[in-house]
Amino acid sequence: MPARYRAPPAVSLRIVPLDALSAVYHRASGQTHIVAPPVPEILELIADQAMTPEELLAALAERFDLPDGDAAGLTARLDELVDTGLVERL
Amino acid sequence: MRYATTLRIGPVGFRIGSDWRSPVDQLRDLYRDYPQPSDGIVDFNVRLFAARPWRRFVRPSVMIGGDFTIPDAAPLPLAQGLLAAEMGMNLQMALAQRRYLLLHASAVERDGRALLMTGESGAGKSTLAALLMTRGWRLMGDEFALLDPASGQIHAFPRLVSLKNEAITVMERAAPDGRFGPLLAGTPKGDIRHLVPDAAAIAAMDRPATPALLLFPTYGQASDVRVVEPAETFVRLTQASTNYVAMGERGFDALTGLVARLPVRAIDYPDTDTALALVERLWGEVA
Amino acid sequence: MSALWLAMALEDPSTYDMLDADGWNAVIAAARAEQLIGSLAVRLEGLTIPAARIMADARASAEQGRVAALWEAEAARRALAPLGVPIVLLKGTAFVAAGLDAGRGRSIGDLDILVPREHLDAVEAALLAAGWEWVKPDPYDDAYYRRWMHELPPLIHRERDRMIDVHHTILPPTARPTPDAGALIADAVALENGLFVLSNEDMVIHAAAHLFADGDLQGGLRNLWDIDRLVREFVERDAGFLASLTQRAAMHDLSGAVARALRLARRIYGTPGGGEPVASDALFARRLLARDGWGRLRHKGTEFGFYVRSHWLRMPPAMLARHLWTKFRKK
Repeated sequence: MPARYRAPPAVSLRIVPLDALSAVYHRASGQTHIVAPPVPEILELIADQAMTPEELLAALAERFDLPDGDAAGLTARLDELVDTGLVERL
Repeated sequence: MRYATTLRIGPVGFRIGSDWRSPVDQLRDLYRDYPQPSDGIVDFNVRLFAARPWRRFVRPSVMIGGDFTIPDAAPLPLAQGLLAAEMGMNLQMALAQRRYLLLHASAVERDGRALLMTGESGAGKSTLAALLMTRGWRLMGDEFALLDPASGQIHAFPRLVSLKNEAITVMERAAPDGRFGPLLAGTPKGDIRHLVPDAAAIAAMDRPATPALLLFPTYGQASDVRVVEPAETFVRLTQASTNYVAMGERGFDALTGLVARLPVRAIDYPDTDTALALVERLWGEVA
Repeated sequence: MSALWLAMALEDPSTYDMLDADGWNAVIAAARAEQLIGSLAVRLEGLTIPAARIMADARASAEQGRVAALWEAEAARRALAPLGVPIVLLKGTAFVAAGLDAGRGRSIGDLDILVPREHLDAVEAALLAAGWEWVKPDPYDDAYYRRWMHELPPLIHRERDRMIDVHHTILPPTARPTPDAGALIADAVALENGLFVLSNEDMVIHAAAHLFADGDLQGGLRNLWDIDRLVREFVERDAGFLASLTQRAAMHDLSGAVARALRLARRIYGTPGGGEPVASDALFARRLLARDGWGRLRHKGTEFGFYVRSHWLRMPPAMLARHLWTKFRKK
């Protein structure tokens, strides 16, 4: 069974677009992260709701044009977010 | 402690205690026009003390202590006791300031609006601020600018200007009537001489200013100006702040708010005259 | 004097009226030195005092410390969850995680956790895999910790720069009292997120053991304040708490430490409980309150006496000699 990923509820994140990049304040950790698209969109989609990379990819494709959407690439991005503590792997 | 004095720099009150008379006498002289801490309550204590009782007399060496310390702060010879006191005050600010987001930047003010300059050591932010002070700007601080999360304004922290090496002669020439401290030769940072901010800077130290322009100066390159995007500015300012993480969400709000509205330029300059001309030009154009 | 004023202001904030500016400066210096500034700031919240700005800063700082401490616990939970082992939070992190009065304004440094001894190796491996590293590889210290101490050598997280101490009991195995580590874990209380804290009684007992057995009473005023807050809150919830505390302390072989901690807490903070004073309490109290107007420790002699005494408690004499010799040679 593939791992599922979950972000904190929207209320515990502050996301402020700066330019192409956004600053994310994670209230639970007190840490700030600078992220590129589509990380804010990912955080929104899996806020308080666990998804597999495949499910997330489908949800992203529904809302955005994804030129090179592949589950392996997305999983790698998600694992990076797990290392920052922004996303939890279940 | 055997000798002690209190003083206030901008909104921050200090009490400095010492095992020796000379650093306290020097502080009293150089800071003689500064106010006392509000209500007599000091924000931070600094202690200059002998590592062992006999080291008060034999090869006296000054340990730097206070409310907040780092474990491996190296002692200084007594002749550099003034520097020890200044380092002790800076250390308290760097480790424990929690009311304002502490930006490692110099700041000058004109018409209620602040110009901030930040950059790596040697970029010239301190010297440029001191030179601008001699040309009609109000010096708010040569080392720390205090960003108030509640108002978004910059509060002044006009401590003694710390001039290093070549900057000493530059300022001795630019401010012939300035009050200078003793020349401290051969410190860990080279030669150091302190310059007392002028009367206008001291008189207006309680007046905050609205940030209007941020510059990242770099010395030694051909004259150049480059726009810095908000995300890069944000990251560089978090690195230039010792208390960004400790300030938590207030720090995040203050800094995202600042970079959203502030014009930012990186400037390269081959000499201080070019830099001063660039500053005046950019202030007129974008601030 | 300054630490005495600090203790008085903590116990009864209305005593702040006595303080002039110099008095405040002395109390603030002592409170910072004892890491009690946040606790004091919480006690003085809402009062009109000249030091209000400093107290507001201290509360904000403690709040950020609380966030960081809880996040460190959460990071450990995520790293250790796959093991299915009970993880018991200790000290400051436990107080804030359980929402206790003792956690309000408290400064929190390292994350301290207690795990069953038989799972120590697995816990260590999981932490190393999740980004924690040894603080300093020193063969002597390492061997010393593993043979004689009640915890793993400290680990530090390479990204977050925060330390974790993994304990398997609350006193070193060489110490003469031998608390029942199995009972500590068996009676621990689960929190919502799956982590545990010690039972109310064990929390106070651990604080008492920590006060006397660890170090040379340094930070003792803060440890004693923990005990005061815990006891007051638990007595309020359960009138029989002091009796069950006494019983539980006997089971852990820690009656003496708990009784003395309660006497000292009563003497210094007016904490409920605690029997009639004994003569040596005065010496302990003097050491606990030894701060001057600059926050410096006075009575160096008393301090050294306590240092030797604390090692004596923790190690049989022959081992003490060997330890001091090894430490001495390293200087």
